[in-house]
Amino acid sequence: MKFRISLTILLSLFLYVPEVYAMHISEGILPFNWAALWFGLSLPFVAGGIYLLKKKVSSDLSLKPLVGLMAAVVFIISAMPIPVPTAGTCSHPCGTGISGILLGPFISTVVASIALLIQALFLAHGGLSTLGANILSMGVVGSFAGFLGFRLMRLSGLPLYLSGFIAGLLADWATYLTTSLELASGIRGDAPFLPLFGKIAIAFIPTQLPLGVLEGAITGGMVVLLYKKRPDLLVKMGVIRAVEM
Amino acid sequence: MGLKNKRFKTTLLVAVFLSIISSLILVFLTNLDLYGSVASVAKVTVEATVEESRWSGVDEAVVERFAKEHGRDAKEPLINTDQGDLLLFVFLIAGAGGGFLAGYYWRRLTEQK
Repeated sequence: MKFRISLTILLSLFLYVPEVYAMHISEGILPFNWAALWFGLSLPFVAGGIYLLKKKVSSDLSLKPLVGLMAAVVFIISAMPIPVPTAGTCSHPCGTGISGILLGPFISTVVASIALLIQALFLAHGGLSTLGANILSMGVVGSFAGFLGFRLMRLSGLPLYLSGFIAGLLADWATYLTTSLELASGIRGDAPFLPLFGKIAIAFIPTQLPLGVLEGAITGGMVVLLYKKRPDLLVKMGVIRAVEM
Repeated sequence: MGLKNKRFKTTLLVAVFLSIISSLILVFLTNLDLYGSVASVAKVTVEATVEESRWSGVDEAVVERFAKEHGRDAKEPLINTDQGDLLLFVFLIAGAGGGFLAGYYWRRLTEQK
């Protein structure tokens, strides 16, 4: 019990940061038409996620703690600035890789949307007008990349940790690639799209390349930890087969 | 024999997958070289960041920098907590709350068995 309390306090202190070092697209950067388009594209995924969440939780109440845990994890991870010495900058992992694997991509999008909304409202992290773009990149693309990457790796016979690692890596990199695409299309004006998109994507590389590896390690570690503690839950969520327990 | 065969297939599949991904990245980067060297763009970003302020976030170093270059400035958030030490307080509360919730739900999950 004392250990758990100490761990909670330590976790809380670890999150005490001197400044905000975010990567979400800030308020007002995207023009209205582009911001509206990203909202429009992300809404069906959020709606589908809410429907699935209600359906699953009403039939199995034991899923609630897992959804709550993932919501807290995505919120914490996506607001946690990590300094990258090779680049001299700070950025954060996304957390949607692990939630995509454990909850499925649609429910994971809902979890990410809530985290992004709270961050935009109270933490000066992202923005309300750019919320749709941030949901699409981190919530939708991050969750689907994590989910599909994990399934593909498992189908090819890779062990649990390695599958989680690659899924987390893909989720992180896919998120930043989508952010580059959203930013380039929104700010380019009359400039050609591809060169600008390339420049932005490359500019992310020094920071996001090592952070993607870190996100992979975190994702793989969390999948293995849950496998050791609650393999039945992983079976229920379709992450592993019953014979693997 | 069966196990060896399975391992071989797995290794082959992973190798093919990684090769495809690497090839795609290489093709992407090679195409971008039409517009400037990959290394130089990355170097410029790092140098610009170091010049502006060490350990700034990629929102400043990349997102806002490119947006500013194209005439799009970031606006103040609706609820601007980025004033003095207010943001420290908000982050501390968010961190403590998030940490507590993560711990609480983890405990519920592991006790649920």
